[in-house]
Amino acid sequence: MSGLTQRERLQIPRQPMPAQDPEVRRGNFNEVALGFTEELARQEAERCLQCARPHCVEGCPVGVLIPEFIRALREGDMVEAVRVMKINNSLPAICGRVCPQEVQCEAMCVLGKRGEPVAIGRLERFVGDFELAQRTCPLECCEPTGRKVAVVGTGPAGLTCAVDVAREGHKVVMFEALHAPGGVLIYGIPEFRLPKSVVHSEVDYAVECLGIEIRTDHVVGRTVTLDELLEEFDAVFLGTGAGLPKFLRIPGINYNGVMSANEFLTRVNLMKGYLFPEYDTPVKVGKKVAVIGAGNVAMDAARCSLRLQTLRARQTGEEPGEVHIVYRRSRAEVPARAEEVHHAEEEGIIFDFLTNPVEILGDEKGNVRGMRCVRMELGEPDESGRRRPVPIEGSEFEMEVDTVIFALGTSPNPLVFAEAEGLERTKWGTVVADPETGRTTKPRVWAGGDVVTGAATVVSAMGAGRRAAADINRFLKGEAPW
Amino acid sequence: MYKIVEKEILSEVTKRIVVEAPQVARKAQAGQFVIIRIDERGERIPLTIADYERDAGLVTLIFQEVGKTTRQLGTLEPGDALATVVGPLGHPSEIENYGTVVCVGGGVGIAPVFPIARALKEAGNHVISIIGARNKDLLFWEDRMRAVSDELIVCTDDGSYGRKALVTEPLKELLEERAGEIARVWAIGPAIMMKFVSLTTHPFNVPTIVSLNSIMVDGTGMCGCCRVLVNGEARFVCVDGPEFEGHEVDWDNLLSRLQFYREEEQLALERWEHECRLDAALQEKGGA
Repeated sequence: MSGLTQRERLQIPRQPMPAQDPEVRRGNFNEVALGFTEELARQEAERCLQCARPHCVEGCPVGVLIPEFIRALREGDMVEAVRVMKINNSLPAICGRVCPQEVQCEAMCVLGKRGEPVAIGRLERFVGDFELAQRTCPLECCEPTGRKVAVVGTGPAGLTCAVDVAREGHKVVMFEALHAPGGVLIYGIPEFRLPKSVVHSEVDYAVECLGIEIRTDHVVGRTVTLDELLEEFDAVFLGTGAGLPKFLRIPGINYNGVMSANEFLTRVNLMKGYLFPEYDTPVKVGKKVAVIGAGNVAMDAARCSLRLQTLRARQTGEEPGEVHIVYRRSRAEVPARAEEVHHAEEEGIIFDFLTNPVEILGDEKGNVRGMRCVRMELGEPDESGRRRPVPIEGSEFEMEVDTVIFALGTSPNPLVFAEAEGLERTKWGTVVADPETGRTTKPRVWAGGDVVTGAATVVSAMGAGRRAAADINRFLKGEAPW
Repeated sequence: MYKIVEKEILSEVTKRIVVEAPQVARKAQAGQFVIIRIDERGERIPLTIADYERDAGLVTLIFQEVGKTTRQLGTLEPGDALATVVGPLGHPSEIENYGTVVCVGGGVGIAPVFPIARALKEAGNHVISIIGARNKDLLFWEDRMRAVSDELIVCTDDGSYGRKALVTEPLKELLEERAGEIARVWAIGPAIMMKFVSLTTHPFNVPTIVSLNSIMVDGTGMCGCCRVLVNGEARFVCVDGPEFEGHEVDWDNLLSRLQFYREEEQLALERWEHECRLDAALQEKGGA
């Protein structure tokens, strides 16, 4: 098939991703998107026009050599596809699943101008999964240099930085506050979007190949401080993410049944609460759940709630209940990926737009029984460029709910900054760092990912980790003194 | 893994274990806690650090068996290991020479109040301690508390040992008899006890430090499960506490939040007890 003309390539439709049926998947935590078969992958790869100056690569925060890996894939040379992929991306099975390709590489694909872009993300996942199963192209590192680098946080930024630094032969030690590495990939993103086995294999593979040491159960700022790390290590990278939940400052947020999306998702994902009582950590949702916010985390929380309700209904024979997304702006402003919103709607999540809670109501036992909400309308654009939601006077109403999950974004956890003098932060609590190099205001300390930008995407954190790693490597070689 | 090197049965339901956790022992201070997890399927629970030996890298934990996790923890023996011990978490107690202070320990709360009393004594305070429990069998560490206190009052709810009284009774008498002398009160124990200690000291306007025991998951400020209302504001016990001014805590909210997973806790406990009985029956059968 590799002898196709451009015209023939243009006639191949974008291959759909095989997925679990919505009716089935709302009752399990298994992965929704099942992955391309080899045939589908080859067919999709044939669509790529192999542009001489590919724009897709410009859209990728880590600069994956997209046309090259797709060419190898359609020529049937999977080992070469993996090799090319890994030049710039050490976690393809993860990125292929959770990157917002529609606003990155695929948004730049020339095919998208007239029709549908090449499904780059699905192909990336196909290559990533092949490699996790086959392990054809282990990462290699240079001769040990004797230099030591501490990477704080084992999420996407930290992992990418650790891999790129370790490849140069430097000894890398990673510090993780929780009991398992992966950061938001483990505690935040649900199993049905990113199976934990994929995260574990991807992390283990990289770590084993490169001799990276991971110290779990280490809370930097408490167990060990940043200044202590600087005594032991030549350089320190902070990739601690944005782990602090935000609650609305309204009355009633401490009633039972009100929680942060962080708590809910950590119980479900990291602690495997959906398998309670096989696993010890309980998680519970009521008959009518309101998730406040409409970002990707809100979609994850809503879809997890729905699954827990469905599983409970199967056991008890009762009605499963309802899950609502309550959002103060309109559909057009929803920050979540279109695909996530689509999946949520398919599964039966109800969207209440232009609605904002002003008070949470409780019963005599201290449990949530409802929310007092106000209808909103869109006014003038605010600093984010989106139209500012304004309450409509006299529109207050009560919504009966028994679980409220706040998914309003997160900010960096300040714990890590205990005893870290000289590390400048913004008024939002994020670390001030050079966007090109990741250098902070404290010598020998780099930072990248959500801890610098505030909550963003997995791949933008990886991009920051990679840029910081490049600068750390230059610094350790003496090419770029502090 | 974190090896248990020592175990002591303090009462039928209260156990003391010493765990190898050098990274915690290195930094631990009075008033701080750890999060532990028994095994891969285990939940994360906070336990106050009752003592530590920096050089040996050991941390002492004392717990009361109330639910599945603490019951299971109680079955572990020296040589067994915990999957997670992370810390030290939370702010240490603020130890100064305040003058005369009262340390109240109720039930398993005697354990965490001990290092605070010791630190207060070392800082030059006149330490009056009140320890209490439902009955004699639940009391422990009377000798250790006596060693770090200038005065010690022991009471039990049922009068089976010491004075028959709730800890709040001798506390109230002290506050009345030595008005103006007592500079500060520490109280650690069940939430309901800390609530009533706070109510007792409130009319006397004596600062009352309590160490809260809310439900936690990560223990680092990430989940917010442990939040309490302090002066009407939501605060996180794990990073803002665990110690707060008792007069500012919304106790009824805390008590209600502690009950949130009660049904699930009951289910987990029953299931575990059932498994234990099955194991025992199987062993018996195998033996016969």
